[in-house]
Amino acid sequence: MTKRFKTGYRIGVIILAIITAMLLGAVILWAIGADVLKTYLVILTEPLKNKIGVTEVLLRVVPLTIIALGITVAYRSGIINIGAEGQMAIGILATTAIALAFPNLPRGVLIPFAILAGAVGGAIWGFIPGALKAKLQVSELLSTVMLNYIAAQLYTFFLRGPMLDPAELTMGSGTPQSMRLSRNLDLTRFIKGTRIHSGIFIAIGLAVLIFFLLWKTSYGFKMRAAGASERAARYGGINVPKYLIIAMMISGAFAGMAGAVEIAGVHRRAIEGVTSGYGFSGIVVALFGGLHPAGIVPAAFFFGLLIYGADMTQRLVGVPANMVQVLQGVIILVIVATKMILANPYLMQRVESRWHEIFSRKNRAQEADA
Amino acid sequence: MNFVINILSLGIPFSVALLIASLGEMFNQRAGIFNLGCEGMMAMGAFLGMLVPYSIGQGAYVPGIYNYLGLLLAAGVGALLGIFFALVVVTFRAPQGIAGIGMQMFGVGTAGTLFRHFIGGTQSIPGISVAPIPGLSQIPILGPLFFNHNPMVYVAFFMVPLGWFVLFKTPWGLRVRAVGTQPRAADSIGIQVNRVRYQALALGGALAGLAGAYLSLCQAKMFSDEIIAGRGFIAVALVYFGHWHPVKIMGGALLFTLAQALQLAIQGLGIDFPYEFLVMLPYVLVIIVLAISKKTALMGPTALGKPFNREMRT
Repeated sequence: MTKRFKTGYRIGVIILAIITAMLLGAVILWAIGADVLKTYLVILTEPLKNKIGVTEVLLRVVPLTIIALGITVAYRSGIINIGAEGQMAIGILATTAIALAFPNLPRGVLIPFAILAGAVGGAIWGFIPGALKAKLQVSELLSTVMLNYIAAQLYTFFLRGPMLDPAELTMGSGTPQSMRLSRNLDLTRFIKGTRIHSGIFIAIGLAVLIFFLLWKTSYGFKMRAAGASERAARYGGINVPKYLIIAMMISGAFAGMAGAVEIAGVHRRAIEGVTSGYGFSGIVVALFGGLHPAGIVPAAFFFGLLIYGADMTQRLVGVPANMVQVLQGVIILVIVATKMILANPYLMQRVESRWHEIFSRKNRAQEADA
Repeated sequence: MNFVINILSLGIPFSVALLIASLGEMFNQRAGIFNLGCEGMMAMGAFLGMLVPYSIGQGAYVPGIYNYLGLLLAAGVGALLGIFFALVVVTFRAPQGIAGIGMQMFGVGTAGTLFRHFIGGTQSIPGISVAPIPGLSQIPILGPLFFNHNPMVYVAFFMVPLGWFVLFKTPWGLRVRAVGTQPRAADSIGIQVNRVRYQALALGGALAGLAGAYLSLCQAKMFSDEIIAGRGFIAVALVYFGHWHPVKIMGGALLFTLAQALQLAIQGLGIDFPYEFLVMLPYVLVIIVLAISKKTALMGPTALGKPFNREMRT
């Protein structure tokens, strides 16, 4: 089996997956009487038509990439982290706490310090399900979901109570949000008139870091071994529970950092709805990117486009923005299904022999022409 | 005393959606399928259940019949979603945990999209109201606790012995348990493993849809994006907690009644306690329950989460 055929086969299956997902999405669009083609066209092209659109897409790429990288570490280690939403919220709380406590630290100190605090907050929230899974065999799927709901409530509690903007108290509009955080925490917006911030370089740096961690260190090797086959890893002397917990903490730390960067770069204060489903979209990005940093960055761009484009469909074609969640769900289902089809050796062989048949026939035809 | 009974009897209807959904999930897991998409199926059920009385029953509102049509539609579409999920995890043998997340997002997203298109904003409906059982509801203490609810509460609690009977006393129940514990052995005596799993998922989906419709028709009497609020996931947790047995699952669901009752009591007595921590309570309870419940592998379906492939040796 040639390498070229294998790559072609893989890409073919991914394209098939995208088409299937779009067809399934079309059923829902058809049900609400929307113009299917126009909706897809708006989602995929409208954001790219001007500078603001492109930078807004990139703005969404930052948290998506960082969260998806964390989810990849967990997934590769055999634990599915669907708690990024909650870990991100706790990360934001930690960052906000640091920024409120030390507003006068110089930029060079405050930014790393606050982002680190976000990472620690997320890591703590990731440690809980990791330890529960490793020590008490509690399914991480359930515990992380529950921790999402708990984190959401904690988040609201802190924004309404201890962290509430003093101005809100006197003005009394009752919006649960913190005060404008120290200007020393602001990440630079490097293109005038847009919101795109230097967090994008942090995201790319983290992608490189994860590549080296997973594929170039013994830690990464052990984590991947634990994920590929728990029994074999245990037989090989790897302390699987320990690496499960570490992987979950890294995963949580990344979600927390995504929150910290989002606050420092975009919102500049803790407000409600910062996480806005990034935790779940991160899962789709990680899977779509083939659980590899090199795939995640383009995948994050694609989903950033989808998320921002779906915001526009309401105004342009009357399709609710919830449509993006439908598409993401369908894409997960289709990807996991096609992955199994991809792994079926019989099917692959049949496609290959057919492929060669067609190609040799073509060759023969060319020879006849000559 | 009166206060306690009042609070408890108010709490009982709150556990019903959990009870119905986890009974459905029990059939899925007994057949070896871990259905994390329950939440999404419930969301679809909640929307569809409300859609029928809202759109047809508007204006000349005929009480009763349209509500029950809504329940039926929710169960029907739930079954279809179950079959769709079966296509992914049974036929294509996709990993069930992550596929369940996909199903959840698909269901919640679709319900939200359709809701915005067909209903728009927050709209409340009369829904299904309380129907006290004549005579029985007059009994002191027991009457208000058990016989003064909406009809779906009685149906749900009747499902417990019914589910037990179907699972343990019928040939189909035996087949479900067989494909969930020893699919290879079941296959060797001519049980079509995948077909039984499809059937179990259709049943589980129907019950999840029904549970969702219960929330919108009987409990909240409206639909919102957060109406399910993780109940689908709690239902999955309850199945573990209840060791895949209907009666124990009911016990677990009633435990959440207590949590709900506690919330109502604290609010009712006007104790100054942060509201957010009250809302948090059930989710914390789930984690505690999962952590302390015994992991008795022997009692459960041993093939849970493993796709069946006739052509492979395992």
